[in-house]
Amino acid sequence: MSVRTYIKANQPWWRIDWREVWEYRELLWNLVCRDFVTVYKQTILGPVWFIFQPLATTITFTIIFGNLAKIPTDNLPPFLFYMSGTVLWTYFQACMDTVSNSLVANSGIFGKVYFPRIIPPIAVVINNLARLAINLMLFLAFWLFFIFARKTTITPNLLIIVFPLMAIHCAGLGLGMGLWLSSLTAKYRDISFALPFIAQLWMYATPVVYPASIIPEGFRWWISLNPMASVIELNRYAFLGQGTLYPEAIASNFIVMLVILFTGILQYNRVQRTFIDTI
Amino acid sequence: MESSIILVKNLSKSYRLGVIGRKTLQDELRYRWLKLTGKDPEKFMGTVGKASAEESRIGEEGQFWALKDISFEVIKGEVVGIIGRNGAGKSTLLKILTRITEPTSGDAVLNGRVASLLEVGTGFHGELTGRENIYLNGSILGMKKAEINRKYNEIVDFSEIGEFIDTPVKRYSSGMYVRLAFAVAAHLETEIMLVDEVLAVGDVAFQKKCLGKMKDVAGVGRTVLFVSHNMVAIKNLCSRSLLIEQGRLALDADTDTVVARYLDRNLIEGSVASESEIAARVEGDIKRDAPNFRITEVRIEDLQGVTRTVFDSDESVVVSVSFKCFKTVRDLRVIAVVADENGSPFYGSQNIDDCEIAKLFYSVEPGSYMAKCVFPANTFGNRKYYLNVNVLCPRTEHHVLSKILEFQVDFNGYNPDIQYASSTWDCPIWPKLNWTFKKSS
Repeated sequence: MSVRTYIKANQPWWRIDWREVWEYRELLWNLVCRDFVTVYKQTILGPVWFIFQPLATTITFTIIFGNLAKIPTDNLPPFLFYMSGTVLWTYFQACMDTVSNSLVANSGIFGKVYFPRIIPPIAVVINNLARLAINLMLFLAFWLFFIFARKTTITPNLLIIVFPLMAIHCAGLGLGMGLWLSSLTAKYRDISFALPFIAQLWMYATPVVYPASIIPEGFRWWISLNPMASVIELNRYAFLGQGTLYPEAIASNFIVMLVILFTGILQYNRVQRTFIDTI
Repeated sequence: MESSIILVKNLSKSYRLGVIGRKTLQDELRYRWLKLTGKDPEKFMGTVGKASAEESRIGEEGQFWALKDISFEVIKGEVVGIIGRNGAGKSTLLKILTRITEPTSGDAVLNGRVASLLEVGTGFHGELTGRENIYLNGSILGMKKAEINRKYNEIVDFSEIGEFIDTPVKRYSSGMYVRLAFAVAAHLETEIMLVDEVLAVGDVAFQKKCLGKMKDVAGVGRTVLFVSHNMVAIKNLCSRSLLIEQGRLALDADTDTVVARYLDRNLIEGSVASESEIAARVEGDIKRDAPNFRITEVRIEDLQGVTRTVFDSDESVVVSVSFKCFKTVRDLRVIAVVADENGSPFYGSQNIDDCEIAKLFYSVEPGSYMAKCVFPANTFGNRKYYLNVNVLCPRTEHHVLSKILEFQVDFNGYNPDIQYASSTWDCPIWPKLNWTFKKSS
């Protein structure tokens, strides 16, 4: 029964003890349960809030972008168009937002007891899956309503099966961006003020409230670079049958996500070792 | 060394002080811009961390060595105490050994699983019930669910929470909270335990229980490193102790020797503590930049005002505390306490206990003052006594001088006709009391 802990100075930042993270898997699950239960317990509306929010957002978009600004929606019913976009986008943004604050928010507990510090961010991403599931079910309810009750131009296809992979992509990106921002925020506190602003701009730079088809030729390179662009279009194409897809953009988005995720993990690992001294 | 369970070699930790604070991106950019345009950033930007009395610990590049070249070895089953003044580096040492932060140089090896009790109730969430928090806290501390299940009943019994185990923790009293938290931590089954002054919380009954549990834990062959200011607890539990002074390992020996050396540290020769000596020793909640007051002198003297270190038991011992007020202080308290050779206080008094002059302290204008307290004659026994002085303004500032001066009392006895055996006055206090005696039948 020999467990040896070596404490050394100046450890290389690329060394991550994944075995240790596996050892603490029960803690990960406990944190997920804790976060989910406590949010629910503190409100009267509780789970109803999870439905109210995406509904309110979609209605707002439909009125403002659909009716007032009259932005085209690829001939798809505007309500479903916006809702399909927000389902994945809010999951990504929720992950990025919460993870980006995790070093600061957990500095209390990190300063008192040791456990692999990558665990709370992973817990956040898993916890948000519950919200994603609720948003998805709400979307499916309206989707089925549109298919059977109204004769519309929706043509869903088999790509719906790929949805879990799309969710994983958003999770990976949210986690990666969150870890990057978290390590920067631990050093420079004012970055956390810029985050909501960045997230908002990023959403408008992604085809969430407009279809990729209206992006002019000269800006097509942006779709390859923006790791959220393809997944939003793909999601719309899968459920609603209309979307502009570029295979090379899908591939490059995926690679960008992986790069952000891996470098994020390494940077976070590097910062968490001594951030307690300066936080 | 195969039998060593903890091996620490040249462990050092430094922090950078006196560097320009760059806590925001804005500051970082400003710093870079100033450097780029050839200006000296220090003129335009504030520095972080002012050097205090410990200037000797700041190296050339503004490094503050919280720990410097600490080396020691602990064998399996030893219970080692770690003592030192506030700011000596004890908690930093424990933080490194519990992997909360990394050392700047040196290394350590821990052969076995480690349980760290730096604070109780880590990760407790108010909304969850006591039961749920046991599982959450246990998993944070590294226990697996199966292990918690096995020990669940023991934990609940130890905490004496009873039927409240299923109510949310935010409803608990602070005592219940601390009992539950300690109960979880105390049942960790690891080979090594690192404990940092956790016993400072809770009421007397609880502290007794904790000490008892610690003793049990030590008895089963677990290795314990125990940081505390409670000399009685240290003497009780630890056979060996380490004295940390200003980041260095000053002494590594049996507990009695180390405690004696620690208690003597603060002691000033003679009967008067001067302002500089006080400034070097004062601890507590002090506003270093804008103090409300400063203790300038502490003396021990007799009723005639002559400073003395040795008294006869039939003489009064007068403690005189001089201080300066820089601002108007409301509700100023001056406390004089006498402690025994373990540092345990047993006899004290507060300025406002004296109702006749208490109102003088309700509002003290700026100026220099002297407060004197008379410890009446015919009270002390025969031994060495230490003086602790506290000057404070509740919730605002609190200056503590522990074991600042020492005095000796020679007991002369109350009855001149007999010889007093030395065992008679093994109590620190041996006052002249009235006795009555009559036949009961």
